[in-house]
Amino acid sequence: MRLPLLAALSLVAAPALAAGWEDTLAAAKGQTVYWHAWGGDDRTNSFIEWASSELEAEYGVTIAQVKLSDTAEAVTRVVAEKAAGQTEGGAVDLIWINGGNFLSMKEQGLLYGPFLNELPNARYLDLTEGGAAVTDFTIPTEGYESPWRLARFVLTYDSARVTEPPHSMAELLAWSAAHPGRFTHPSVSNFMGATFLKQALVELARDPSTLASPPTEEAFSAETEPLWVWYDALRPTLWREGKAFPENESIQQQMLNDGEVDFTMAFDPAAAAAAVEKGLLPDSVRSYAPTAGSIGNISFVAIPFNAAHKEAAMVVANFLLDPEVQARAQDIRVLGSYSVLDPARLDTAETAAFAALPGSAALPSNAALGRTLPEPHPGWMTRIAEEWARRYTE
Amino acid sequence: MTGLVLTNVTIRSPGGSPLFAPLTFGVRPGEIVSLSGPSGIGKSTLVAHIGGHLPAGFVTAGQVTLDGRNALALPAEARRIGVLFQDALLFPHLSVGENLAFGLEPAIRGRAARRAAVEEALEQAGLAGFYRRDPATLSGGQQARAALMRTLLAAPRAILLDEPFSKLDPALRAELRSFVFAHVRARAVPVLMVSHDAEDAAAAGGPVISLSPA
Amino acid sequence: MTVREGRALRILVLTAVVGALVLPIMAGLFETARAAFGYLPVVGADHLSLAPWRRLADLPGLRASIILTLWTGFAATILSLFMAFALAGRVWMHSGGKRLRALALPLLAAPHAAMAIGLAFLIAPSGWIARVISPWATGWQVPPGIATVHDPGGIALILGLIVKEVPFLLLMILSVLAQIKAREQAAAARALGYSPQTVWTKILVPQIYRLIRLPVFATLAFALSVVDMALILGPTQPPTLAVAMTRWFVAADTRLLMPASAAAILLAALAMLSVALWILGERVMGALNRRRIVGGARRGWPIAVGAATGQVLLWLGTAALIALLVWSLAWRWSFPNGLPESWSVTAWMRGGWWIALKQSLFLGTVTVLVSVTLSVLWLEGETRAGLARARWASALIYLPLMVPQAAFLFGLSVAFLRGGIGAGHFAVMWGQALFVYPYVMLALSDPWHALDRRLDRTAASLGAGPWRRLFRVKLPILLRPILTAAAIGFAVSVAQYLPTLLLGAGRVTTLTTEAVTLASGSDRRVTGVFAVLLAAMPLVGFGLAFAIPALFYRNRRGLSGGRA
Repeated sequence: MRLPLLAALSLVAAPALAAGWEDTLAAAKGQTVYWHAWGGDDRTNSFIEWASSELEAEYGVTIAQVKLSDTAEAVTRVVAEKAAGQTEGGAVDLIWINGGNFLSMKEQGLLYGPFLNELPNARYLDLTEGGAAVTDFTIPTEGYESPWRLARFVLTYDSARVTEPPHSMAELLAWSAAHPGRFTHPSVSNFMGATFLKQALVELARDPSTLASPPTEEAFSAETEPLWVWYDALRPTLWREGKAFPENESIQQQMLNDGEVDFTMAFDPAAAAAAVEKGLLPDSVRSYAPTAGSIGNISFVAIPFNAAHKEAAMVVANFLLDPEVQARAQDIRVLGSYSVLDPARLDTAETAAFAALPGSAALPSNAALGRTLPEPHPGWMTRIAEEWARRYTE
Repeated sequence: MTGLVLTNVTIRSPGGSPLFAPLTFGVRPGEIVSLSGPSGIGKSTLVAHIGGHLPAGFVTAGQVTLDGRNALALPAEARRIGVLFQDALLFPHLSVGENLAFGLEPAIRGRAARRAAVEEALEQAGLAGFYRRDPATLSGGQQARAALMRTLLAAPRAILLDEPFSKLDPALRAELRSFVFAHVRARAVPVLMVSHDAEDAAAAGGPVISLSPA
Repeated sequence: MTVREGRALRILVLTAVVGALVLPIMAGLFETARAAFGYLPVVGADHLSLAPWRRLADLPGLRASIILTLWTGFAATILSLFMAFALAGRVWMHSGGKRLRALALPLLAAPHAAMAIGLAFLIAPSGWIARVISPWATGWQVPPGIATVHDPGGIALILGLIVKEVPFLLLMILSVLAQIKAREQAAAARALGYSPQTVWTKILVPQIYRLIRLPVFATLAFALSVVDMALILGPTQPPTLAVAMTRWFVAADTRLLMPASAAAILLAALAMLSVALWILGERVMGALNRRRIVGGARRGWPIAVGAATGQVLLWLGTAALIALLVWSLAWRWSFPNGLPESWSVTAWMRGGWWIALKQSLFLGTVTVLVSVTLSVLWLEGETRAGLARARWASALIYLPLMVPQAAFLFGLSVAFLRGGIGAGHFAVMWGQALFVYPYVMLALSDPWHALDRRLDRTAASLGAGPWRRLFRVKLPILLRPILTAAAIGFAVSVAQYLPTLLLGAGRVTTLTTEAVTLASGSDRRVTGVFAVLLAAMPLVGFGLAFAIPALFYRNRRGLSGGRA
């Protein structure tokens, strides 16, 4: 008796949802979405341009990418607008966001939503509690942001110069001591540099499970102590004796290309393969994750509370979850960004599209990528960055 | 009363001291009055005052009338008082003919009529065929004659000459002087000339007003 | 010359300048200052306190940032001034000024960001210089581990500033040189047995310096607060105060906005203090100099060393611009090859630069039109009133050049939003005009005042009214200086980084913002494309400013000599 009722209810509910989405599509028509997204990666920029032309053809929605050098610029903008009492017609429609920036905006009530469940393509996501698509650095997303690409920490080296790359933080220290000045990491004030320290923390912490909750004074000093011991030993062996750092991973990638250092790192397993494709790295580079696995997370898009074009922003978020779009994004010739969709929820044709994607020598195999380790609570990243600055800034 | 009449004219410099003793004199139409006095006493300042070009800060008193009307109440461009300086000051962006046309009074209408008036003036100045010439390519004497013609074409009711010949060498000076005097006399307007040179005053034939310190 | 009419015009223009330029700066300073003292309601701070200052004082590296800021600012200004005088001295003694001008102009025109990127391409451990001399001369197979950019001492930043400021000061000096009776004085002094070199240092330099004080102060204030060049060449750990402040302003942690505002106020105070210190230094140097001058020695300090160094730096700047072009046409260029191993126009074909180029062009054109109009009206008002410019008026006009941008831009964006002006084109245009207008005024004032006033009087005596005199006599004669001022204003507009970033909410992407963003990316080829365009745009402006009058007045010898 109950099953037919449920079926009947869902029959009623489904058109209602569709009708809601129809309204959204209608309202979105003709709008331009100001998508504030980090602009340091050309392929991402091209992908967004492509998405804009597709969306324009299909829904009459265009994207104007606002290329940021740091996502925080967009957050600051929304903060300034709220300060000035601008509660509608804001400059920011969509932000490529995660982690600390998301937490900061969510806590200050700067986000619109929840909207994820209104997106038809959300059905392809694994939305069970604690799943990667519904937590952002251990923070529940609660529908205030929508996933669009998967990120994993990987190290990249030039196999023409390095034959035996280190597979753990301890091995890395030994390697760097044997090759002084040939390893470095991006500035810790940069997301990637902080991520490197976080990766080391996850590997070196006495009890990694405490990293899931916000750091207390006690837990912080206990868990990070091995990290600082390790880093104190590593720092003098780094490029420029650890007194200067590349500003971000793009700069470091260029340094690897120039031969100024022997390693770079990325939060995207396909970054090196993409760079080879563009002539930005030699063919001989290889990417891998430490043996014990590496931290990973999903990048999201979120809509500010005062966005001028919320409907169109939702249309963009939904478009990014389309299996065809996700497969295109994963294509190494396009973006090489791993899909956020749950493979179990795709039909045969959709799965085949992913299977047909071409490979590349610089693309890590699933084996080389290993296990995905959970992100620590964002509080740890902030504290680590502060503590690092306190210890190592003269 | 016709002509240019100054009554009790005084000028104080921005510093506050009067430049010269109060001045009263008249210049009849067709008469050329010379103005002399030690340098720095304010001859050129007086000319600027009459012409309406005095920089701010000078304090003036007394009356200046032209053909019985108060000239000081009018802006420079409405006084119809032509001024010639020691430099010709032809506008460098205009051709010689355009310079003259710039001066030509608006009462002469129509392209052909205006062009004819300018060509005639050029001919009088010995500059026939110079309409399109760049003023910078003219000799000093040619420039001075063009400048005079430009002033005359504006049909001034009075003319001020501010040391007009002082930059010329003696031979050219005499020639130009007779050229200028002949033309301004023909117009029968009052002419006031500032000059250091006794020969200028002698050639002018009119009274000499000497400025003395206040 | 009707004083009354002049007054109406003056009041109108003064109102426009105060309303459009001075008030926004004041409002921006006010908002920034309030935030610096704890009043920023959006982050829950609504009572005045000293907490932001304590937070600022506790931020790691603050003291080092301040020291770096002062060091780079003063070192760059002093060295630039010294080299500019030495180079100008050599030109004056031996001529060759034309060649030097031709060398200096592209460097002057190139925005700081483009020059910084080019220099980084050149002097980095993996830069062009290292590539050319490796491995045959150095044995380097991989780039050496020497910090030649982002060096902790700020040498690269100082170098970058010098390469940009020497041409600026040099052209200032050469234009002032034409105003003083240099030849006559030199003849007199040489008759007394002084060498030309000594005449230069003892007689001419002190006179010229007095006339270029304002540009020197502006150079100092700019060097202390520069952001784009310091981002690309300056130290990172810690950076200069201006960069640190910019980072805090855009940090995710919004609690940093208040200490960032405090840092902005601190930077403004440092700049003012520095100018005061500089004036004090002037007094001391002046006194020492006078003693030296009356000492009677006929042989002065050798300026050849300074001139040679300056010359080398000018060539370095030129090479930097060439490096941009080479990189924009490279495909693979591995160390230590002296030239790319493969070439490609891919970076140019990508086409993303077109939008940024149009944006820069649009903003530059509009701000220049507004600024030139306002400048002409201001100057015409002065002429009609027959008054010299009052000191307070100069202070109003040049205010934006004296107050560090950073000190009021964040506050200005808040004030704009309060006034209903959202981030975008209009706000950016306004923000840029704040800096374009003073430069246009600076460039136009002297030619305007140098115009023979008797031309104006002659036109008046011929019956031409004030507007006819302006449009038919003064503006045509001043066409070249007006276009030059416009080209300078255009170059200023194109180069603006911080105002475009902060007031445009990132929506307004110009060649400069794109180039700076790309400079922190991994693709030198694309960066090269943007930087080449960025460097070329102002140059094209100067080219037009030269070509248009030359074409227009090709038959007017009096106007084709480069001056009115």
